[in-house]
Amino acid sequence: MTNSTVPAVKLAGVMKRFGNFAALSDVNLDIAAGEKVVICGPSGSGKSTLIRCINHIEQHDGGEISVNGIRLDRSAASVAKVRSVTGMVFQNFNLFPHMTVLENCTLAPRSTLKLSRAKAEAQAMELLSKVRIGDQARKYPGQLSGGQQQRAAIARSLCMQPKIMLFDEPTSALDPEMVKEVLETMKALAGEGMTMICVTHEMGFAREVADRVVFMDRGSIMEQGRPDAFFSNPHTDRARQFLSQIIH
Amino acid sequence: MTIFNFDAFVNYLFNSFLLGGVGVTIGLTVAAVIGGLCLGMIIALMRMSGKPLLAFPARFYIWFFRGTPLLIQLVVIYAGLPLFGVKLSVLQSALLGLILNEASYMAEIVRTGFLAVPKGQTEAGWSLNLSRRTIFWRVTLPQAFRLMVPPLGNSINGLLKATSLASVISVEEIMRRSDLLMQEQFQVLEVYAAATIYYLILTSLWDLVQARLERRFGRSVNATTASTTSLSFLRR
Ligand SMILES: Nc1ncnc2c1ncn2[C@@H]1O[C@H](COP(=O)(O)OP(=O)(O)OP(=O)(O)O)[C@@H](O)[C@H]1O
Ligand SMILES: [Mg+2]
Repeated sequence: MTNSTVPAVKLAGVMKRFGNFAALSDVNLDIAAGEKVVICGPSGSGKSTLIRCINHIEQHDGGEISVNGIRLDRSAASVAKVRSVTGMVFQNFNLFPHMTVLENCTLAPRSTLKLSRAKAEAQAMELLSKVRIGDQARKYPGQLSGGQQQRAAIARSLCMQPKIMLFDEPTSALDPEMVKEVLETMKALAGEGMTMICVTHEMGFAREVADRVVFMDRGSIMEQGRPDAFFSNPHTDRARQFLSQIIH
Repeated sequence: MTIFNFDAFVNYLFNSFLLGGVGVTIGLTVAAVIGGLCLGMIIALMRMSGKPLLAFPARFYIWFFRGTPLLIQLVVIYAGLPLFGVKLSVLQSALLGLILNEASYMAEIVRTGFLAVPKGQTEAGWSLNLSRRTIFWRVTLPQAFRLMVPPLGNSINGLLKATSLASVISVEEIMRRSDLLMQEQFQVLEVYAAATIYYLILTSLWDLVQARLERRFGRSVNATTASTTSLSFLRR
C-alpha cells in the first residue's frame, strides 16, 4: 500500500553516538520508492552506521527513521516490520558457512515467512539462477569464489522479497576481476525498479545507476546531487578533496 | 614376590567385578557430560547475557568450581550436605559433584565457542528478519558447537579419568574396585595395570568418537583444525 507520497526511507534529525563519539549528527534524508542512492565519503564518515540504522542493526539515539511509512520506535514489532521490507548486503557477505547456498536462501523464508520447503526452494533456485549461480546451490559458501558468494548473499536477501535493498560496500572485499559480476547483478536489480541505497566507491556504478549521490563526512551529509553534477562540480572542499583521492 | 605376575594381571583384566566398574565409570562420565553440558550452557548464557544480576553469579560459579579441587568438592558434597538436611547416596553425591564441576569447564568452552562466531552472522540473521530463537538455534549455535567440539572432547577425556576421584567416597567404579581387589591379594601392580588398560581403552574409544565428530562438524569449513585427540600419535 505504498502510495507515491510515502518515502521509501525518511530520516529526520537522526543522531547516533558510540560512547561520546557522534557517528551521525542531524542526518536528514528522504528517499523515494524506486530511487537509487549511492552514499560515499571518507572512511569513518558514518556511511555504514547510516544504512545500519535504517534496518535497526544499529539503534539510533535521536531523530526519526521511517521505512515505507513504518516508524522505527524501538518496539520489536516496528523493527520486524521494517526488516520485512528491507534486505541488506554486507561487505563480507556474511553467508552462513555451515549451510549450503540453497539452505542459506531458504532459512528465512521458511522460518520467518513460513513458506513450505518446496516453495522456498523453488523461489531460491529461481533467484540463484537469476544471479547466475543456480549450479552452485548445493555447495557450501566456502567452496565459492568471492563474487559468487556475494551474488549468493544478494539472492538470499531477495528471497525475503524486500522493497528496499541496502548495500554496504558490496564489492570492497572482492578481487578486481569479480567486482564486475557483482555490479552487473546490482545493475540488473536496479533495472527492475528496486529501491537501492548503496555505500560504494565504485564511481562508474554511481554514474550509471544512481539517481542521487550523497556525500558524507564526519557523521553529516555534506552535499548531495545528481551523479554527473556531483562528480563534475562538487560544492564543498571536502567532496573535492575526497573525489581527487578516489579518482586517480 | 616382586616379580610382575602376568597370569594374575590377565585374570584381573577379565575379572567381572572389575569389568562392572567400567560400566559405573562410563555411566558416571555420560551423566556428568550431559548434566554438565546442560548446566554449563545455562551458566554460559547467563554470563553472556550482559545483565549483571545473571552474569555475576555465573562468574562466581565458574571461579569457584574451577578454583577448587574436584576431590574436595566431592567430599564436601558427600559429608557436608547432610549437615543441611540433604542426604544423598554415594552415587548421587558423586554425580552431583562431577556435574557441578564439569559445568564450570563446559560453561567456559561454550562461552568461548559463541564469542568466536563473527558478529556479522547475527547481523545477517537480523537483516533477514530471523527471530532471536532462529538466530540462536540455526545460525550461532551450530557454528559455536563446531568450535566447541575439540575442547569438549578434551574435557570429556579428562572427565573419564576424573571419575576415579569418586572412589574416595566409595563409589565402586574402576578405581575403587581395583583398590578392593588389591586388598585381597596385594598384587598392586597387576591390579592397577589392568585398570590402566581399561582407562586406555575407554579414552581411545572416546578419541575415535571425537575424531568422527570433528570430521562431521568440520564438514563445511575449509579451516584445517588439527585433531587434538591423544590417539593422533598413530597418524602422521
Ligand atoms: N560499534 C562501534 N563502536 C564504537 N565506534 C564505532 C562503532 N561502529 C562505528 N564506530 C565509529 O563510528 C564512526 C563511523 O563508522 P562507520 O563504520 O559508519 O564509518 P564508514 O563511513 O562506514 O567508514 P568505512 O568507509 O571505513 O567503512 C567511525 O569513527 C567508527 O570508528
Ligand atoms: Mg563502512
